[in-house]
Amino acid sequence: MSTLTKTGWDVVIGLEVHAQLLTRSKMFCGCPTAFGARPNSQTCPVCQGMPGVLPVVNRRAIEFGIKTALAFTCRINPACRFARKHYYYPDMPKNFQISQYEEPLAEDGALEIDVDGASRAIGIQRLHLEEDVGKLLHEGTLETAQASLVDYNRSGVPLMETVSRPDLRSPEEAAAYLRAFRAVLVYLGVCDGNMEEGSLRCDANVSLRPRGATELGTKVEIKNMNSFRNVKLALEFEVKRQRQALAAGERIVQETRLWDADRGYTRAMRSKEYAHDYRYFPEPDLVPLEIERAWVDAIRAALPELPRQRRERFVRQYGLPPYDAGVLTQSRALAEYYEAAVREFRQPKIVSNWIMSELLRELPGDDERAIERAPVPPANLAGLLRLIEDGTISGKIAKDVFQKMVGSGEDARTIVAREGLTQVADEGALAAVIDQVLAQNPKAVEDYKGGKTAAKGALVGQVMKATRGKANPAIVNRLLEEKLSKI
Amino acid sequence: MTERTIHALGEAYRRGDTTPTAVTEAYLARIEKFDGHVGAYLTVTREPALRAAAAADARHRARAPLGPLDGVPIALKDVLCTKGIRTTCGSKILESFVPPYDATVVARLAAAGAVVLGKTNMDEFAMGSSTEHSAFKPTRNPWDLARVPGGSSGGSAVAVAAHLAAGAFGTDTGGSIRQPAAFCGTVGLKPTYGRVSRYGLVAFASSLDQIGPFAKNVRDAALLLQAIAGHDPHDATSVAAPVPDYAAALDGRVHGLRAGIPREYFAEGVDPEIARAVRAAIETLRGLGVATEEVSLPTTGYALAAYYLIAPAEASSNLARYDGVKYGLRVPGGKDLIEMSSRTRAAGFGAEVKRRVMLGTYALSAGYSEAYYGRAQKVRTLVRRDFETAFARVDLLLAPTTPNVAFKHGEKEDPLAMYLNDALTIPVNLAGLPGLSVRCGFTAAGLPIGLQLIGKPFDEATLLRVADAYERATTWLAREPALP
Repeated sequence: MSTLTKTGWDVVIGLEVHAQLLTRSKMFCGCPTAFGARPNSQTCPVCQGMPGVLPVVNRRAIEFGIKTALAFTCRINPACRFARKHYYYPDMPKNFQISQYEEPLAEDGALEIDVDGASRAIGIQRLHLEEDVGKLLHEGTLETAQASLVDYNRSGVPLMETVSRPDLRSPEEAAAYLRAFRAVLVYLGVCDGNMEEGSLRCDANVSLRPRGATELGTKVEIKNMNSFRNVKLALEFEVKRQRQALAAGERIVQETRLWDADRGYTRAMRSKEYAHDYRYFPEPDLVPLEIERAWVDAIRAALPELPRQRRERFVRQYGLPPYDAGVLTQSRALAEYYEAAVREFRQPKIVSNWIMSELLRELPGDDERAIERAPVPPANLAGLLRLIEDGTISGKIAKDVFQKMVGSGEDARTIVAREGLTQVADEGALAAVIDQVLAQNPKAVEDYKGGKTAAKGALVGQVMKATRGKANPAIVNRLLEEKLSKI
Repeated sequence: MTERTIHALGEAYRRGDTTPTAVTEAYLARIEKFDGHVGAYLTVTREPALRAAAAADARHRARAPLGPLDGVPIALKDVLCTKGIRTTCGSKILESFVPPYDATVVARLAAAGAVVLGKTNMDEFAMGSSTEHSAFKPTRNPWDLARVPGGSSGGSAVAVAAHLAAGAFGTDTGGSIRQPAAFCGTVGLKPTYGRVSRYGLVAFASSLDQIGPFAKNVRDAALLLQAIAGHDPHDATSVAAPVPDYAAALDGRVHGLRAGIPREYFAEGVDPEIARAVRAAIETLRGLGVATEEVSLPTTGYALAAYYLIAPAEASSNLARYDGVKYGLRVPGGKDLIEMSSRTRAAGFGAEVKRRVMLGTYALSAGYSEAYYGRAQKVRTLVRRDFETAFARVDLLLAPTTPNVAFKHGEKEDPLAMYLNDALTIPVNLAGLPGLSVRCGFTAAGLPIGLQLIGKPFDEATLLRVADAYERATTWLAREPALP
């Protein structure tokens, strides 16, 4: 124990991510997959698990799986097979889930993540396809409910499960992996990446082992983490829990624990809540799937630019610092926003600054839909930046104008014109204001003359105040210096 | 009128001698009169049948029938989903289940103009060889009411044998068409796995189940198969291979065909009366120019054991959905959902179903799956290879359908004794091959004997051709069961 206390523990985390695929129809039937429809309105005998029904594989879902596997540089297996995974739960109409077990779609890939400026490849063990389950609605809590209702709209929605290797070494790395993972899926257009709506779900296997050891410790599976924040919080909690248990000389029990976001802890699931034996066997209603090489090649050839490639291109093409490029490429929508704005206003770094400081204050950069529907579209941002460039408004005024653009959706010129915000660049008018300010602030003038150059800033501020921010700062500075030198 | 073959009915409709409505009414009257004795039907769909018949009348009057089945009254095993008509699978758990959709086979039959008289009795979830394991009633063999009709498609076999339908459909997972066909003296055909869509067939063992016809003679079987065969986009295991014209295959040209006689199918345990009748049938075929040679299928003896792991394993999975949540029986009062499901299943399934669910669950469970399910699959591969080896030399195989003729109700209470009944039909299912049973004689006690013809994959045409030639060369069809 003493050596352990000295050397401490290494954290070992592996993530299993389930992503709902953006196919129009379900995995094994033709029902639509749209979120939020009236309960059981998007169902048929197949996804209700009626007696006698048979599954038919959605080719598009397989294509999405291959696309993703290629982006993760996985090996696409020439043949794969579906299997039945059995457990009893009423949200699963057949009481088995059609999944893949021994013969997954793809294996052995990697995803590069960046933590603290360093980049690291996290292994991906396998990627397979399966069907989602429905949803149970209880009256009250599960324990006290007198009745439960089942909604099978989600039953049969295509799910892609990707299992990482236990290569992650901290909750931060896990969060970074998940963000990078999500970005790839969204870039590919195979998943909307929305964790709150459950289109992206993450389970984690967490274990600790003595620092430097190679053998894995006993792992605990953590479920029910439905946001990036919760993934990090849950893993931090679990690591702490295990560290304390091990420090106290306790043994870690291999179990499944649920993250309780409200209470901020993980609790062990009752053994009844999960099955011990899934009794997998090959799905006899489906023939093994042969993946033609030509199909894979065609999908590979059509792969879009991925987040990492785009980030590198942003550095190369726009001369952006890697940090900016990373922020701007975190979602496809944001990267596209940036490029659209740069096309209209060709000063890449200025556009980047405005997006990072102003736009992302208003909208989460990883929320594709929010960025796509941004109240300030790229052309409007570019329009605003042009007004600064041509001296119509000052940078400071521009920030106020941006706020108004967010509020009203109008373009910058309209707001500036209506509110009379056009910058005062008339030297005669400004000279008069400056004379007035100098007359009213003899102390500052004196300080300046006495060598306190900072006093000039206060005088500039007074001029700006007097013009309600509309004065052209460059002209004010020049005129002020001229006048001060003559005093 | 009810003794006419489908072929003859078609002729009569064309000539205007009778109408689908008249024939349907005759069948309904006969069902009314005799079904109380034999118990072939679980549900008689009188009104829809008469409506369908009237529509067929009109088409025939207009001289525009949909085909050879237009206006032909048939029966369906109650394992085939019929939209709006309850489909029980012979089980309490589905006693009230009314499917919202038609099985592909049912839809194809409707499109062919067939008139559905009703749904026939069966062993619960097609698990059984006697139709004694129906949750509702036993079915009786029309040749001797004290005896079973075989199973699990006993109701369909009896419907045809007792002229309570012109033709019928059943399902065959380990012999459930061929064995009752043999016991009741009808023609029964299990098509190649993948020849007929399973969509809407309530699954027992998905990798083995196949739908096929019962018929009064081979020609009718060909017409019935024709209507249902072919690829179905709803069934990924159905095969796109072209469907030949089966009736056209019945040209009597069997000269030069080579038939294998599998040694193992005449081994100890096969009733000598059956072996004798089958050997006589083989002689008849030799007389027609079929060349025969003995072949060996050495893994035959292991097939039964493999089957009783694979079929229950798949069944334990397929039957997991009957939990009281969505349809069928629900036994309330449990303290939670899991207990509700347990109570529902305890009350809704019969003993044989429970036995197989337990067998299958065990065979798939962690630590045992490789030893049981895994090894059974390996045996299955060997069984398939045996057939492949034989079919490299011959065009078809000739054998008894069953080791014994129809037994008495209650005679086989030991499940193992019951399972042994399917020893000669099961290997065909494991290999996915087509098999046909045709009447080839009677025991001294007057019970029918079945000759089994086993074919290459998708070569139902050869089985029909040979069976038809045999049927025409013999007079066994002249004998009819005597109902009270």
